[in-house]
Amino acid sequence: MLQAVRLSCRRGERRLFSDLTVKVEPGTLLAIVGENGSGKTSLLRIFSSLLPPEDGAVLWEGEDIQQLKELYSGQLTYIGHLNGIKDDLTPLENLMSAMALAGEVCSQTEAQAALEAIGLKRPIHRLPSKVLSQGQKRRVALARLWLSTRPLWLLDEPFTSLDVASTGIVTERLHAHLQRGGLGVLVTHQEVDLPTDRLQRLRLTG
Amino acid sequence: MSRSSMWGAIGGIVRRDLLLAMRRRSDAAMSVFFLVIVVSLFPLGVGPEPAVLRTIGPGVLWVAALLACLLSLARVFTADYVDGTLEQMVLVPQPLAVLVVGKVFAHWVISGLPIVLLSPLLSLQFGLSGESLGVLVMSLLLGTPTLSMIGAIGAALVLGVRGSGLLVALLVLPLYVPVLIFGAGAVTSSMAGIGGEANLSLLGACLVLSLFLAPWATAVALRIALE
Repeated sequence: MLQAVRLSCRRGERRLFSDLTVKVEPGTLLAIVGENGSGKTSLLRIFSSLLPPEDGAVLWEGEDIQQLKELYSGQLTYIGHLNGIKDDLTPLENLMSAMALAGEVCSQTEAQAALEAIGLKRPIHRLPSKVLSQGQKRRVALARLWLSTRPLWLLDEPFTSLDVASTGIVTERLHAHLQRGGLGVLVTHQEVDLPTDRLQRLRLTG
Repeated sequence: MSRSSMWGAIGGIVRRDLLLAMRRRSDAAMSVFFLVIVVSLFPLGVGPEPAVLRTIGPGVLWVAALLACLLSLARVFTADYVDGTLEQMVLVPQPLAVLVVGKVFAHWVISGLPIVLLSPLLSLQFGLSGESLGVLVMSLLLGTPTLSMIGAIGAALVLGVRGSGLLVALLVLPLYVPVLIFGAGAVTSSMAGIGGEANLSLLGACLVLSLFLAPWATAVALRIALE
């Protein structure tokens, strides 16, 4: 279970939110919505432990993530609004090195299957990533979700520059993750097509 | 955290960085050519007097090695920072300092090791004798990893700052002074017949100290850059 307890966050002079308390149960997804600049990404980065909160704490299974450190990193998969892929490497190399870095080593066959699952065909796997379109690069980053065995997924606007079909595929994957008892936190501008009992919405007003 | 996954993380990052360097060979070649050109300018400028060249040789080679190392420093973390890989590195279930060691080792293989390997050839222009040539190679072998280690702290500190190339030079060059003194000193004293062991030991001490402190300091700076 992931909990935020009385979180507050300030960026520069501006207070983005304060006294924010929210709870994400296993099998459910928290969708953070709000206007541009309302602090959605900052909140997600606080959840990921990249950004320390000004006040309050994030608890994972009841323990403060600032204390858990690497133990907490081992529980999550974070895909930020930057794709984290190298232009000079192929999608296959990118995916495999990202998984190896995260400590979830995968075979080439598994990586190929993941890329195909998100709609990237074989010939694309061996092109340098710099020739891919924005949406294809996004899909290379999201392919990690097909290999990740971590319970907590933190996704920053995963559907940006994805077409309708791919958005559907990623949503299905999210649904499967929740059904297995996983948790998710999602920053999004779009409607997420998930059953209402699995979806919790948090609107930041800025 | 198990030991094997720690080595896995280091190995993974070294492999990826070397693969990237292979894809962008021109970047690595540039700092090597820079070294060759700077070193070759001195005999042309100072003149062909053997005694003078032998005196300034070790110093020139060492200063050129410092500058060549500096040239490639800006690249250590910038690309990772811009494309989001650095965020992923910070969120790995390993201490960030461990990954920093991997990054720095890859940087040394790409930009430090070629300097070490080229130095015997370059020192021919300065008429160094066989024995002091060996000391020079040894001093560079001990010194260049230290340069990469210290440089990583500077490179992490200036992430996301405009005009970071010059800033990193201003930050890091003063810290390079001990390495320069001991490195060039080792060669000079071996030429004077005193033997370079004392200075080489000090270089070794610098390396151990930087191995101990620099990854940790770099990791802190990287976290601050990402906040």
